[in-house]
Amino acid sequence: MQSSSPLFLSTQTRSAWGLILPSLALFLAVVIIPLIMTVMLSFHDWGQYKGIETVFILKNWYEIWSDSYFHEMFARTFRIAVLVTFITMALGAPEAYILNRMRAPWKGVFLLVILGPLLISVVARTLGWALLFGGKNGVVNMALMKIGVIDAPLPFMFTETGVVIALSHVMMPFMVLSIWAALQKLDPQIENAALSLGASQLTVMRRIIFPQIMPGLLSGGIIVFSLAASAFATPAIIGGRRLKVAATLAYDEFLNTLNWPLGAAVAVLLLVALVIIVVSSNALIERRYKAVFE
Amino acid sequence: MAFLELQNVTKTFGDHTAVNAINLTVQKGEFVSLLGPSGCGKTTTLQMIAGFVPLTKGIIRLDGRDLSNVKPAERGLGIVFQSYALFPHMTAAQNVAFGLEMRSIPRSDRDQRVRDALALVGLAGYEERFPRRMSGGQQQRVALARALVIRPQILLLDEPLSNLDAKLREEMQIELRQIQRNLGTTTILVTHDQHEAMALSDRIVVMNKGDIEQIGSPQDTYHSPASAFVATFLGKTNAFEGEVQVAQGGISRIIVGDHVYTASAHIKGPVIISVRPERISFAKAGLRGTVCTRIFRGNHWLFQIKTIAGVATVIRQNDGTSMPEEGHDVHLVWREEDTFVRANSKVG
Amino acid sequence: MSKNGFISLLFHTLFVTFMLAPIIVVCLVAFTPEGYLSLPTNGFSLRWFKAIGRYPEFIRAFWVSIGLGALSSTIVLAFAVPAALGLARYQFRGRDALSALLLSPLMIPHVVLGIAFLRFFTQFGLSGTFAALLIAHIVVIFPFALRLTLSSATGMDRSIEQAAISLGARDWVVFRRVTLPLIMPGLISGWALAFIQSFDEVTMTVFLAAPGTETLPVRMFLYIQDNIDPLVTSVSASVIAITVLALIILDRMFGLEHVLTGHSDRTK
Repeated sequence: MQSSSPLFLSTQTRSAWGLILPSLALFLAVVIIPLIMTVMLSFHDWGQYKGIETVFILKNWYEIWSDSYFHEMFARTFRIAVLVTFITMALGAPEAYILNRMRAPWKGVFLLVILGPLLISVVARTLGWALLFGGKNGVVNMALMKIGVIDAPLPFMFTETGVVIALSHVMMPFMVLSIWAALQKLDPQIENAALSLGASQLTVMRRIIFPQIMPGLLSGGIIVFSLAASAFATPAIIGGRRLKVAATLAYDEFLNTLNWPLGAAVAVLLLVALVIIVVSSNALIERRYKAVFE
Repeated sequence: MAFLELQNVTKTFGDHTAVNAINLTVQKGEFVSLLGPSGCGKTTTLQMIAGFVPLTKGIIRLDGRDLSNVKPAERGLGIVFQSYALFPHMTAAQNVAFGLEMRSIPRSDRDQRVRDALALVGLAGYEERFPRRMSGGQQQRVALARALVIRPQILLLDEPLSNLDAKLREEMQIELRQIQRNLGTTTILVTHDQHEAMALSDRIVVMNKGDIEQIGSPQDTYHSPASAFVATFLGKTNAFEGEVQVAQGGISRIIVGDHVYTASAHIKGPVIISVRPERISFAKAGLRGTVCTRIFRGNHWLFQIKTIAGVATVIRQNDGTSMPEEGHDVHLVWREEDTFVRANSKVG
Repeated sequence: MSKNGFISLLFHTLFVTFMLAPIIVVCLVAFTPEGYLSLPTNGFSLRWFKAIGRYPEFIRAFWVSIGLGALSSTIVLAFAVPAALGLARYQFRGRDALSALLLSPLMIPHVVLGIAFLRFFTQFGLSGTFAALLIAHIVVIFPFALRLTLSSATGMDRSIEQAAISLGARDWVVFRRVTLPLIMPGLISGWALAFIQSFDEVTMTVFLAAPGTETLPVRMFLYIQDNIDPLVTSVSASVIAITVLALIILDRMFGLEHVLTGHSDRTK
């Protein structure tokens, strides 16, 4: 009965639209229009002395297409994003699993400790990494030299390695959260069921747990990838002025070089690439797991 | 004159007809149940009476007045919801007082009426309790008090007892019946539980797939079901395949397996003969069968008996007489007036 | 129940160390008595916290952030609450597309939003103004406020409102006396999460802020770009302390997990 009876006053679609209209208007005015203006901006011309010319040309797009500087920069952006995604998956999945098996007070405490950084300013967190990496007397290098892993300090600041480590830290809570959510849906008896059927602990992990947290792992991967590819503050602070990624390059074009059309083209390209990647991988995951997790 | 009148009331959702041109009149003070399986249209009907769901076609009149343009808030109906729908942030007294507040009843009068209403449902002293600190049965009573305190023209009960355990449900049935009889409030109950409908109502409206199958007193609907659906929905019934032959003098011969008896039937040919399990008794002659299972139920025995006309369910009162054991052969008989005969469409 | 073995606990310890190390380092360096970046090995000192008072840019940026966060998260509720009720209660064509649009600021990189807003507000001469920041922040925190209010609106038993209506309550009375109190926990947690998101936002804001409308994270970011000294660590440590306090309150009141996932009970 309940399923066939509609939601209360469902025929009055007008009242639904009345409630949503203010938000819709806001978004059309302040999200859609600016985005369209940005896309248009990417086709405008710019010169050192003439500024922005409102013409329609492909100059900026051609520049990105032909200049290997941009190829390198985009390759670096996505390389960093892929590495960060894999690192957060490799570390986040076991941690979420361990967390889930903890006892009552510790579970909550460590969940807070691991997810909490999500709400702490990314500038403050990245500053922490800058301090840990910093120069010869960075804490990380001192510690590594003390335990004898390395003889000379490794360069972290202004390197991709440093950016990847710091970004992995920044993105880790998203991954743990996503896998944690998948683990919560697991029947706690399912492990015991497998064990009672004679499976070893390792087999249980590989055959029972892992396939079930896969959707969480993948959706976490999509979130982390798209956020890492468009990250700004962390690459800007750790990567410095030399190690550019898409977001920091766009920032430079806008606020230092003042070549807005080129910056807009970089930003639009980043957005389009991310939308294509996210939407297609979402579709893939949904198709793959639809049957199991409807 | 009818107090509540549903005329040709229809509700369609897209191409699905939830309620199909039903007609129903309810007298003042009457207790009527809408009974049927889920999806039969009973809740939609209630929601249309309450005004939460607009009618596709038809008209609902209350005390002669067309309700089409009367907003739900102005209908003055008391509703008890399946989930109770108590306001969780208000105490029991505040819950009950809400409807009176909406009617701008002066505070002193309001307080008195709230106390009386809570006392009526046996919750005197629970005024300051919050719903989450009450048991399911108590929440149910608050919901009832809240609906009754506004002195509704009609009390609508939407599966009000379905969330209670069996024992409490029985107690509440008795209490609900007493309260309704005392106040004389016209009441419409929606339920899928035939025992509840039979225990409480003056009349039962059996619904199926948006249609009304039968309207009648509990005894009528149980003893003389108008359709096979009503017969099976209201309690257990046996359906034997048989045949009606017309003999001389307009007397029919009814053949069920190896059991042949005479009766007055309106139809002939292949038929289905329905008999309630408690109306079948054991005899020396009749439909022959073998007891396959015998279950002791305290005040009665339940038998499954294999016959050539199908497996029969038989209920016998535990009156101290000895009962046939499993594996024994028995003969089944029933009275003509305890049967419901209809054409068997599968055969012929 | 603790079935974690030695290796698991070792991994866990290293993981937690990894998560906390940068935050703890910031807090430690902030207490250094030296004039340069160093761990406070020779005793703790508050000199760099006191030094914040001598840099009015940080103080002003802090108040801009507080004001911006409080205003934007309050205004956003005025949009998000009706939208959430509309989306939760009605089935209509285009509903999914609409909610996708309203959640889209989560998907669009903030650097792109920053550029788009800069372009947009420059057109209208609003660039660098507080109003521009406010509008931009309302948009980026909208999804957070919407998710939590939507989750409490869909989780609500609709028959409670029907009960109020049947007792004679008008639309506005139903909303004020029944709906609003019932979705209040979602509203408060939505407000708090929206505030924190606004307070932390740097990527988009850096495009829009001008001297005078710089938020605290933007001021910190720009400061770090020039040079890193103990002053910015003491500012960061203060920000961390405030956030941790807010976090604990949020966790106690609503459960952090719920706030962060914005779980809706409704299955499609």
